[in-house]
Amino acid sequence: MDRLPRWADIVLIPLVSLVLAAVLSALVILAIGEDPVAAVQLMITGALGSTYGWGYTLYYATNFIFTGLAVSVAFHARMFNIGGEGQAMLGGLGVALVCLHLPLPHWSLALIAATAGAALFGALWALVPGWLQARRGSHIVITTIMFNFIAAALLNYLLVNLMRPVGAMDPATPKFPTATHLPTLHDLLAPLGIAFSKGAPANVSLLVGLLACVLVWLLIWRTRLGYEIRALGHSETGARYAGIGPARTIVITMVISGALAGGMAINNVMGEAERLVMNATEGAGFIGIAVALMGRNHPFGVLLAAILFGFLFQGGAELALWTDIPRELIVVIQALVILFTGALDNMVRRPLAMVFAALRKGREA
Amino acid sequence: MDFLTLLQVLDSTVRLATPLLLACLAGLFSERAGIFDIGLEGKMLMAAFLSASVAFFTGSVWIGLLAGIAASVLLSVLHGLASITFRGNQLISAVAINFLAAGLTVLIAQAWFREGGRTPSLIGGARFEPVTLPLAETLAPVPVLGPIYSELVSGHTILVYLALACVPLTWWVLWRTRFGLRLRAVGENPAAVDTAGISVVGMRYGAVVICGVLCGIAGAYLATGLQAGFVKDMTAGRGYIALAALIFAKWRPWHALGATLLFGLLQAVAVRYQNIDLGGVVIPVQVMDALPYVLTVVILAGFVGKAIPPRAGGEPYVKER
Amino acid sequence: MTPPVPAIELRGISKSFGPVRANRDISLSVAPGTIHGIIGENGAGKSTLMSILYGFYRADAGEIFIGGTPADIPDSQAAIAAGIGMVFQHFKLVETFTVLENVVLGAEDGARLRPSLARARASLQALADEYELHVKPDALIQDIGVGMQQRVEILKALYREAGILILDEPTGVLTPAEADQLFRILDRLRNEGKTIILITHKLREIMEITDTVSVMRRGEMTATLPTAETDPAQLAELMVGRKVLLRVDKTPATPGKAALEAEGLSVIDGQGVERLRGIDLTLRAGEILGLAGVAGNGQSELLEVLGGMRDATGRLRVNGRDLALTGRAADGQARRAAGIAHVPEDRQREGLIMQFQAWENMIFGYHHDPALRRGPLMQNAAIARDAGVAMQEYDVRPPDARLAARNFSGGNQQKIVLAREMRRDPEILLVGQPTRGVDIGAIEFIHSQIVRLRDAGKAILLVSVELDEIMSLSDRIAVIFDGRIMGERLPGETDEGELGLLMAGIEGTPDKPAWQAVEDAQFAQAEAVEKSHG
Repeated sequence: MDRLPRWADIVLIPLVSLVLAAVLSALVILAIGEDPVAAVQLMITGALGSTYGWGYTLYYATNFIFTGLAVSVAFHARMFNIGGEGQAMLGGLGVALVCLHLPLPHWSLALIAATAGAALFGALWALVPGWLQARRGSHIVITTIMFNFIAAALLNYLLVNLMRPVGAMDPATPKFPTATHLPTLHDLLAPLGIAFSKGAPANVSLLVGLLACVLVWLLIWRTRLGYEIRALGHSETGARYAGIGPARTIVITMVISGALAGGMAINNVMGEAERLVMNATEGAGFIGIAVALMGRNHPFGVLLAAILFGFLFQGGAELALWTDIPRELIVVIQALVILFTGALDNMVRRPLAMVFAALRKGREA
Repeated sequence: MDFLTLLQVLDSTVRLATPLLLACLAGLFSERAGIFDIGLEGKMLMAAFLSASVAFFTGSVWIGLLAGIAASVLLSVLHGLASITFRGNQLISAVAINFLAAGLTVLIAQAWFREGGRTPSLIGGARFEPVTLPLAETLAPVPVLGPIYSELVSGHTILVYLALACVPLTWWVLWRTRFGLRLRAVGENPAAVDTAGISVVGMRYGAVVICGVLCGIAGAYLATGLQAGFVKDMTAGRGYIALAALIFAKWRPWHALGATLLFGLLQAVAVRYQNIDLGGVVIPVQVMDALPYVLTVVILAGFVGKAIPPRAGGEPYVKER
Repeated sequence: MTPPVPAIELRGISKSFGPVRANRDISLSVAPGTIHGIIGENGAGKSTLMSILYGFYRADAGEIFIGGTPADIPDSQAAIAAGIGMVFQHFKLVETFTVLENVVLGAEDGARLRPSLARARASLQALADEYELHVKPDALIQDIGVGMQQRVEILKALYREAGILILDEPTGVLTPAEADQLFRILDRLRNEGKTIILITHKLREIMEITDTVSVMRRGEMTATLPTAETDPAQLAELMVGRKVLLRVDKTPATPGKAALEAEGLSVIDGQGVERLRGIDLTLRAGEILGLAGVAGNGQSELLEVLGGMRDATGRLRVNGRDLALTGRAADGQARRAAGIAHVPEDRQREGLIMQFQAWENMIFGYHHDPALRRGPLMQNAAIARDAGVAMQEYDVRPPDARLAARNFSGGNQQKIVLAREMRRDPEILLVGQPTRGVDIGAIEFIHSQIVRLRDAGKAILLVSVELDEIMSLSDRIAVIFDGRIMGERLPGETDEGELGLLMAGIEGTPDKPAWQAVEDAQFAQAEAVEKSHG
């Protein structure tokens, strides 16, 4: 088969897939009687037209960096972790327990403790499916889906029956203590003399997300563990030949993946809501799949794709506010991106490969 | 628990098991042919929405059913396109289809009805009505057998009986016909089918379309039989539970019936009893909600026997040189 | 007298895959009722040519005539309709189906299955009697041995009334006695007027059974000769295009102390089948011990146990020190630490990660080495530089460490594996199928490297299904059958006949013909499996 040049594989294919998804989404908008051009304009002004919009875009992007990294780390070991949603929910539980029950004098300490709590709870929620896959051969895809449902039921029970303040109607925890409130981008940028919207939720977690990108990059391409994860992902018999225990590596990979997904909670639970509510994740765990596929499982790609989806998410919220297009539009776009970058990859790739082969032939002749 | 309550719970079991059974048999056709399908959920959801909408507009539940089947088959063909023609990842394709259905149904429902992602309630001919079997009234007073016949056996919608009839039919098609032999062969070793001069692609598309039809009926039953209209995310994980039942049943039709009835029973109990009081220990409703999913995990973990899937399942077929 | 109309005639067939010209202007004519051999190296284009005949590929140019009339064969269905049957190297059978169902698949009479099965049962009986193709119609394919599976494949073709039968490397999975059994059947088919094309790379088979032989090299048909008018030396030269050494140059071995001792090694696999039944083996420093056997008799499992890929029971000592046989202490890392290097049987699935670049593969299995890291981080650039040097040393072409493994030819992939395993100066080297799918030039290089390591005083266990390779390279030969060592022989004191019987599990001289003994053994085995199902 003809191969594509590396840059085309990394840049062109995701771009073409994105264009296809965008065109189809525009057709959907047209079909429901709205104006796609006006919709895009509205999305751009809403998401990127002000520091307030940017603040939301980056806030959502931070969520997607974590869940996107989670999915991509698992993908490197050829594990399809659809459980990011449930792991992020449990991460929220970890954050809530830390913030409500530990005496934390300053946000920096709180951030470290909460990150650990979020990662630990997310990791635990991924450990079970990982272990079941490694030791019992249960399909990771189905178990992680089941664990999403179980996580929702568990949180529902905890918030309704145990963690809700007495007398409150809302199934949610009390507000976290003020000392645990994280500085927003407004707080961080003000000393530098940069004005940033006070109302937007983007916060210091964004920097943690960027740090996570760097660490994941180092993990995958520069450490022995990353080497083993990638080897296992390409060939299980090969891994056994090289003395890489498949079961052990699967469990470790899933723990890392779950920790990353859980880590998202420092952004949405601690940074934004400042308490744990039902459905705090808003589907971010699932968007991580699209982000990972679009970002070609590379941390830098994940970062870019996360920002793109942050834009779509915020833009979609603006649309829902000002037009009759509901927020589910983003789910459709997400589905189309997964479809084109993940499942219909060959449909995009084959014609491009033919074009490049023809170009090459033209040059040689 | 008295006899009548038991009958009511079992009656509700049959109703709730029906969509699971149809989806499970749908998955059986697809996976026996080597195409894994975790997109049963999305296909059912899309069919539920379109059948309810069309039934609402036309006033005919039968036209609604056809529309639901058409919608589901369309998604099946998309799955086939990705996983058969373009040899893509079957899991990723199905995940995309599930999201596509989740998004599109709400988007279109909002555009059409503006009721927050639901259809208006269906009434009259826009719903499947219960069918009273012959002599149900007459036999009702007969002790034990009478109530069983009139309460449990009789009084379901036509789709329930159709689903039950699909069990022996599926068995017969797969194990007693040429089509079935080829379909099972293509899931075990497509190269054997290919070299025997049969089109692997054709067989697999055939299986995937049958899967779509059955999922379509399952979805239509949800919105026009079990309930009176479509609501957002109304499948609520049934597609995944059906998948678990399929694994539990080891890809065999009669066992699929047993497995889906078990899951149906769990749901029926959860619906009837909110918080179950077992001698002072109260089991909260959330436990009952989570139970089918927990059970699925236990089954998948092989604590109730090892399931061996069709050997060529999940892998696109590439001709060897 | 005019010559009879050829059963098959090819005129000017060409086929390219991208830049690779697999078949170039090939013409061939096969007389009806004969066995025509096609011989050539791996990659010479034999399989491509047959795939074109069977409708898997369309030729870019050329014509096909069947029985004198032009034939268009766009797919397998057309090939079957034209009376062509094909027995592939890797059987195309549905393992979970019965023999009968496999025969019927694709050739059913109607939509309902039962009448088809009934007719097939009767017709199978008739064919079995006519051609001595004995099978058990109701046994599952997964329960019968390869010999019987192959007969099922032949029956499939005959059931579809094939007049032309193509067999692609049919003896690769058979013992010499089973091969004899196959050749008896082929002879019988020829006498009944069937036309047979036999594709092989084994000269002995060509000489034994064919009427005419064609030689292929690099996509071209270099010669077609009556078998009676040629000899193996001439054919070998035609195959590779120059005079080749069929013998390996080596001095007699000077075995030293026992390097590896195995006692009672046993393995039971996931299905509960005993794969190894108490293997006793001693491997000495400075010798090559060849392990002969038909594929699937436990040699793969033995390599996996020794290489740390599979748990076992029994005892294993290296230089007098006991090694673990289960758990992490028995994994590939532990084995390498104990001085055991392993060139695995399947380089593409085991020995290499095909998507990894060459330099990443050059540390595969040795990636734990602390010298490769500074702190927690691997020194990728330094590793790649070092890999480049090693690739030069071992004549890997091209010596580009940044190229992915899948972009190298089979021979060069094998050289990457050899370089990695030999370069760290192991005490013991396990080698599985070192020259499978490797061109002749690379075979010579690989053999000479193995002998070089032996001369340096290392202990080498050679596993190969190629009896020729075992005979010419080994200092001592052990034969494995059904998970047991059947016996040991010295290469100078035995011959293919004796080894062949051992490989079929028969000791001493049997009182019936070898093929008959083998067939009886096959039925006994199938019955035993059936009984174990209850």
